[in-house]
Amino acid sequence: MHSAFLSLLRKELLLAFRQKTDVVTVLFFFLIVSSLFPLAVGPELSTLKIIGPGVIWVGALLCSLLALHRVFESDFNDGSLEHLVLSGEPLTILVIAKVLAHWLVTGLPVVIVAPLIGLQFGLSQASLVLLLGTLFLGTPVLSLIGAIGAALTLGVRGGAALTSILILPFYVPILIFGAGAVVADLQGLSIDGHLSVLLAMLCVSIALAPLAIASAIKIALE
Amino acid sequence: MSFWQYSSPQYFYPLAKKMAIVFFVLASILTVWGLYIGFFVAPTDFQQGDSYRIIFIHVPAAWMSMLIYLIMSFWAAVGLIMNTRLSSMLAQALAPTGALMTFIALWTGAFWGRPTWGAWWVWDARLTSELILLFLYIGYMALRASIEDPRRADRASAILALVGVVNVPIIYFSVKWWNTLHQGASVSFTKSSSMATSMLTGMLVMALAFWMYSIAVSLVRVRRIIRDREANAGWLTESSGVT
Amino acid sequence: MQWGSVSEFFAMGGYGLYVWGSYLVTGLCILIELLTLKKK
Repeated sequence: MHSAFLSLLRKELLLAFRQKTDVVTVLFFFLIVSSLFPLAVGPELSTLKIIGPGVIWVGALLCSLLALHRVFESDFNDGSLEHLVLSGEPLTILVIAKVLAHWLVTGLPVVIVAPLIGLQFGLSQASLVLLLGTLFLGTPVLSLIGAIGAALTLGVRGGAALTSILILPFYVPILIFGAGAVVADLQGLSIDGHLSVLLAMLCVSIALAPLAIASAIKIALE
Repeated sequence: MSFWQYSSPQYFYPLAKKMAIVFFVLASILTVWGLYIGFFVAPTDFQQGDSYRIIFIHVPAAWMSMLIYLIMSFWAAVGLIMNTRLSSMLAQALAPTGALMTFIALWTGAFWGRPTWGAWWVWDARLTSELILLFLYIGYMALRASIEDPRRADRASAILALVGVVNVPIIYFSVKWWNTLHQGASVSFTKSSSMATSMLTGMLVMALAFWMYSIAVSLVRVRRIIRDREANAGWLTESSGVT
Repeated sequence: MQWGSVSEFFAMGGYGLYVWGSYLVTGLCILIELLTLKKK
């Protein structure tokens, strides 16, 4: 079981490494979308500082949505997903491996690049660190919950738009606490609550999302 | 024949019609009574004037929006676990009414908020989570509509509904957990109410009326769903024995 | 009865727009729901 997890993870990362365009496209999307806001709102630094955390968080959210089709779709189409289900290994473990690989390839780059964009918005060093931290806690949750949506809509017409309207209501609490932590800190308020809730969401989604994803995959393959 | 025969669409179909009639009658009587209390017995409020009378729709609709989601998720779970078609059909029937109740709660809330708070909408915890509830209902219905195979639609949407069930306690407890603009709980099982008796009575009667209505409408809708999905079954096409 | 006249009833102490805006839209929603169920 342990080796199945590792070999699947390794295979996913290898595939992603061979097709770097997917990853790089998502990253560029993040950069461009974040740049749209200063262009639209005006370069007034005081305004940018206020909207910065929110804009970057929404950008990360949209990137997560954009990248979701990568998680299961190609495997579903060529039949390897079915092989995974039939392999006899616990599907929840395999699912965690796939989502982890997905996050390492699409979520983690966003987390790393976010502070650079934060500089464009004139955020202070403390804010940048906090932004990094909340995104680091929050983007795995986005990947996990997003994967539920992706699994539910496998092979269903409506595609990305349908998956988005299904998952965005679930993304809202993550956004509220993630971006809210950085904003609250700017206002001098305590952020213990925000970080606790983010961490709790991470724990709960690691524990429960794989179950939902595995069930959804089995339903899709019937 | 035992009670369990009603878990079959064929036997539930005529029962649903009889039940629907009863619940529609109850709903009508309770609505008339509730509105009478609401407009002719309950006095003008000292602080809010007559704008508070929106409460006789707003609170019942909000309560129903949460209750229906819980019941819908319950039947969806039963259908998922026990593989019973009728349970999933019930969940399917409940969703549109639940969405409508959520919309009514949000609309009447806005019309109440404008004169009382000065704003049509605020992004406080309760309003935001109620809005998310509306999106959850719509997501459930959209997913169902997109999947052609009804059994797969049953199971997939059940998972979606269950993932979203955590939102309902959040709506309910949001006024306790956060400092929100929305009023806290004035009706409780443990403490005495902070509302005038006639206002409370009117609200509770209307809440019951909304509940009876929701049940009646959902039963009519599940009959239609049974007709659609069991269209090839012999018992539907036979002219005798079907009411 | 607490309403002096019919016009007072409709005015709702100045809040007529909000009270009746709520009740009418609710009534409309319920009517639409019942009509869509009647059709089939």
